[in-house]
Amino acid sequence: MIKYLKMDDQKCVGCMSCATACSLAYAKEDNPAKSRIQVLGLGSGHYHLVACDQECRLCVAECPVQAITVNKQGIVMIDKRLCVGCLACVAVCPTEAMRYFPAESVPFKCVACGICVKVCPKGALEIAEKEDSPASKFPFEVAAAARRDEEGIK
Amino acid sequence: MSSTFDMKEFKLLSETRFDKKPIHRGYAMRTMHVDVGAHTMREKPVSDEMKAKFVGGKGFGLRLLWDGTKPSTQWNDPENEIVIAMGPVCGNTNYPGSGKSLVVSLSPMTGVPIDSNVGGYFGPYLKFGGWDALEVQGKAERETIVFIDNVDGFVRFYDAPDGLQQDTHLLAEELTHAFAGGGASADPAELQAISVISAGRGADHSPMGLLNFSLYDKRRAGIRVKQAGRGGIGMVLRDKKIRALVVRYKGVTQNTNDAADPAAVQRLGLKLHREIIVNDNKQCKMRKQGTAHLMELMNDYDLLPTKNHKYGQDPRGPEIASWVWEKLFSQGLPDGCWFGCTLACAHAVDHFQLETGPYKGQKVCVDGPEYETAAGCGPNLYVYDPHGILELNFYCDTYGIDTISFGTMTSFLMECWEHGILNLERTDGIDLTWGNWQGAARILHDMADGKRFGVLAGKGVKFLAEYFAKEYKADAQFMKDIALHGKGLEQSEYISKESLAQQGGYYLTNKGPQHDEAWLIFMDMVNNKIPTFEDKAEALHYFPMFRTWFGLQGLCKLPWNDIEPADNSKWPESNKVPEHVHNYYELYTAITGEKLDWDGLIRQSERVYNFQRVFNIRQGKGHRADDYPAYRAMGPVLEDEYLARAERYDKQMKEKIGIDPAGKSVTEKLRITREFRVKQYDQLTDAVFKRRGWTRDGIPTPEHLKDIGMDLPELLEVVRKHL
Repeated sequence: MIKYLKMDDQKCVGCMSCATACSLAYAKEDNPAKSRIQVLGLGSGHYHLVACDQECRLCVAECPVQAITVNKQGIVMIDKRLCVGCLACVAVCPTEAMRYFPAESVPFKCVACGICVKVCPKGALEIAEKEDSPASKFPFEVAAAARRDEEGIK
Repeated sequence: MSSTFDMKEFKLLSETRFDKKPIHRGYAMRTMHVDVGAHTMREKPVSDEMKAKFVGGKGFGLRLLWDGTKPSTQWNDPENEIVIAMGPVCGNTNYPGSGKSLVVSLSPMTGVPIDSNVGGYFGPYLKFGGWDALEVQGKAERETIVFIDNVDGFVRFYDAPDGLQQDTHLLAEELTHAFAGGGASADPAELQAISVISAGRGADHSPMGLLNFSLYDKRRAGIRVKQAGRGGIGMVLRDKKIRALVVRYKGVTQNTNDAADPAAVQRLGLKLHREIIVNDNKQCKMRKQGTAHLMELMNDYDLLPTKNHKYGQDPRGPEIASWVWEKLFSQGLPDGCWFGCTLACAHAVDHFQLETGPYKGQKVCVDGPEYETAAGCGPNLYVYDPHGILELNFYCDTYGIDTISFGTMTSFLMECWEHGILNLERTDGIDLTWGNWQGAARILHDMADGKRFGVLAGKGVKFLAEYFAKEYKADAQFMKDIALHGKGLEQSEYISKESLAQQGGYYLTNKGPQHDEAWLIFMDMVNNKIPTFEDKAEALHYFPMFRTWFGLQGLCKLPWNDIEPADNSKWPESNKVPEHVHNYYELYTAITGEKLDWDGLIRQSERVYNFQRVFNIRQGKGHRADDYPAYRAMGPVLEDEYLARAERYDKQMKEKIGIDPAGKSVTEKLRITREFRVKQYDQLTDAVFKRRGWTRDGIPTPEHLKDIGMDLPELLEVVRKHL
């Protein structure tokens, strides 16, 4: 199972409550550039919400030091102690949900904590669950296939 | 694990503690000197002048090697050094290709400084303890391991314990496990914090011995290796009785270099990461195929060495094309040789079952093949069996043998076999018919054992050509013509016959015929963009200087032009990839805080390039006479070689030479072509030396040295003797 933040663009009114709550919680400042959820204005009162879907896991496959892993709830997590700050994950992320702030060494992303869900006045956000998929399994399958046979010579 | 060692089994010979020193703007401003004979370590400061003139990496390496050796020093003298130096940009994790070490030493193949650019974690880990370079000098009495612990701040010398392996795929694995976490930790993060430099049994016996630099691959749960391949530095390591150099460092971050502008480093790196992610699959497919993507391209253009560079093409080419390698390589893994290299060309074939040698039947991980290996141990031996190429690749690596020299040497032997110069008696029973990779593998196993034919073969083509002429009465001129080497170093794997500029790119070089100075074949032969001698000379000034710069910084060349901005071709001088050059001097400025522009970048290189030339001269080479190719690199040697491309050569004779080939015998046409091509090479040499500020004999003039700010007394003293 994969726990993730489900977003409904149709309900979003662009109030930025989610970004404020998120950045205050994780970066101790009200700064949308440090929020794990992004509210993108499309004009004419329409908005597009961006946060990690926890499923594509291209970042998990790309991380050279395996600092990006998946926890028991299926959430993609960055281990700050292992991260070398290369930003390869930021580059491979197809939705730009993996973010970084200039000169800060470790990138950041949504971990489906639900802080934003509580503050959204329009019910545009919820924490949901979905099944594993071929994409979500991919990084683990390729790594397992290349792993050396314990019986043989290394 | 095949076996595990406890730290208690390593007999400690000495320990020197040091204070770790943080990097400031890309530099530590100190280097480490170890004497393996005396078991001592000392620190040396880096002067501002050294930083200004030599920049870092290969520049620092050559400076230290010059100071540590004498004009009379031979490769196997104790004072010969192996210097590993990184450069200010090295170790940043944002810009792809930033983890290279530059290794220099007096080469057992050429007698002059060799430099080799290598990946793996050793260099950055060494640097981050606060070292711009490591000098290894002296000779040990017994098999020695040098351990540099940049976590706890000490250097230790150990006796290699009994039973410790010699071949790299086992040795580096054993040492990684033994030293992890300061003693046999199984934590993958601790295993990844170790890097090992080792050679292998082949390097004990052959001057084409190389150094393997390891990296621990967490996904594969084992070590991988990258090679400082060229020029025999592995044999120097083994001559010093060093079994391995081990480094430990933990805690690499985005800004361990303490960049002046870390945000700019991120911005530049992310820009290139994105370019790679978007464009690579439409361009070189480095992420899927690595440099093996070149195979069919080179075959199509008659540039893929086939039968000792006799031909450049064969209908069997597609059997070893890029798509074959793509299927064999494990896909979807971040195969960079340093953190953050999204070009990720360091592919591997996992679970490969060996068919020959001491590890026959075992399943191993083969690092590669890269293009040079696939070409040199493939079609150049007329081998079109990917399995054969992989087998040779694996054994070369683990024995510590350079695949390029081995490929070129073995193809020379196979051609000698074809001409009856070699036979079963002379090869100790090894059949060297074209295509017989098992025969090539037997040479390799003999090299590792230090027995039989392998010992002779491993001496390299320069030696072999003279030996066969003398001992087997082979035609001396023919031997000279087909022994592809410069200064004693075997040529790497591109056909240079039809590109005069590339002949210069290979042979008008400091270390010998290696393609890292200039690759001009398409520009010259295919696109005809540099038609005159002056055009070619300009290219043979610019590209070697530009490409030298990677080695000053600790950078890889591949992310420069094996990925290009989507709109690159619309810019003037697109073959220089101007946007990427711009990235490079911005990156340098972002890390060091010092301004640099395009001219300044070339100037940095010119200083070191000329220093290396003068170093060659100091060691008794570096003259014009040392810069000539074997004729096979310049034109057709044999009649059937001419006839196979008769239309091309006849046309050239008519149009370029101005002689009508009609009615002339092939022998005569060979002679006419040869005279013309040799003369062309001479004219090219004149033009290139002039452009580089050298005399007709290839000596940098004092005026030129002054112009580039390299009128150092020790350099002037050397060149003045030759003016």
